[in-house]
Amino acid sequence: MKGKNVWVASFAAVVMIAIVLLLAGSSSVTANDQSSAATSEVKIDNFSFGPQTLTVPVGATVTWTNRDDIPHTSVSTDGVFKSKVMDTNETFSYTFAKAGTYPYYCSIHPKMTGQVVVK
Amino acid sequence: MPDKKQDLIDQKLQDLNNDGVDRRGFLKCMAWAGTGLVWTMSGGIPVSRAFAKTADRSAGKGGDFSFVQISDSHIGFNKPANPDVTATLQTAINKINAMSHKPDFIIHTGDLSQLSKPGEFDTLDQVLKGASARQIYFVPGEHDMLSDNGEQYLQRYGKGTKGTGWYSFDQKGVHFVGLVNVANLKAGGMGSLGHEQLEWLEDDLKGRSASTPIVLFAHIPLWTIYPEWGWGTDDSEQALSYVKRFGSVTVLNGHIHQIMQKIEGKVSFHTAMSTAFPQPAPGTAPSAGPMKVPADQLQQVLGITDVNYVVSGRSLAIVDSPLGA
Repeated sequence: MKGKNVWVASFAAVVMIAIVLLLAGSSSVTANDQSSAATSEVKIDNFSFGPQTLTVPVGATVTWTNRDDIPHTSVSTDGVFKSKVMDTNETFSYTFAKAGTYPYYCSIHPKMTGQVVVK
Repeated sequence: MPDKKQDLIDQKLQDLNNDGVDRRGFLKCMAWAGTGLVWTMSGGIPVSRAFAKTADRSAGKGGDFSFVQISDSHIGFNKPANPDVTATLQTAINKINAMSHKPDFIIHTGDLSQLSKPGEFDTLDQVLKGASARQIYFVPGEHDMLSDNGEQYLQRYGKGTKGTGWYSFDQKGVHFVGLVNVANLKAGGMGSLGHEQLEWLEDDLKGRSASTPIVLFAHIPLWTIYPEWGWGTDDSEQALSYVKRFGSVTVLNGHIHQIMQKIEGKVSFHTAMSTAFPQPAPGTAPSAGPMKVPADQLQQVLGITDVNYVVSGRSLAIVDSPLGA
């Protein structure tokens, strides 16, 4: 019963701590480790998440990629997931194990909002 | 005694402020001169100054003083819009050190760093150490509180402050308030001061004489410039209601990397240039991201803000100067 959270970042220590915190905070959402689960992408361009609404099947892993020259985050409005700061070309992934609608925003630029719909 | 030029300036101001507020105590002065914008505020008395005259003024008279605002250093940023932000900050400090009137202190209105990294703060400290003004007051930008809820910022720059880093101090009769509007931001919102800080601000200003000049400074503008890009502060109206009774209020912000100003009643709003990179004018680009200009033009869009306070008339004069001037 563990969330599979893959960070692609260069700061190993920070990453380890972040994963522990993330797991601790997301016990209500479980994920499976099936490698066959769908993978979906959210691109961050020009201070916006694209697509703004992403619909994925249960078990899908969503990866956010920051393509701006400015750092961004992807933070669940309901506290389900929280990325560390993504600098240019850094990514954050989260696996959604339960159906539902997951609104999120950039905690640095809160006008940036999006949602993942898990069916 | 208003002259024709002054009437024109008044007309421009009224155009800028088509909001029906009482103009009796209006800050009336605004003049473009060369590369610097000068505006002088004075309780109901219009005073106009050319750049050269203002820059020339020595702070010799008792009680007069000046300070410099710098903003948005973004140490650690290395993208094409400015591959060497440490060098341009150094240029800004050199410019301050070369001023004919030595500023009493410096205010940095946030985004000291790009990613809140210790090394970035170290580099900033190293450059600021070279400033002739020893005292530097800070408020954090959102880039300074990225991963640790601002703990590191508070340890380095916010000792003795309240909450997430707000505080006030007095300088020769002027009351300065540093506010934090980059913490605990809500989804879909803009900058935010929060209930606790607002209560503190109300209390901090309570009991002060209405003739005390007030300077509020914070990272994100305390007036709504462009909500689509989050360029404003959701609860700034409440903060501003606490300063309404004062005869002279100056609001200094950063965040948008360009000069913007507005005068509303007795309150003058002003945003500073960045020392790192410019951002586009509201709505003129797909996003507020860093704007790349030709390398030889970069120093024209970065700069510092010089603020002079003159006791007679209790006025503050603000001069923006690009680094390349």
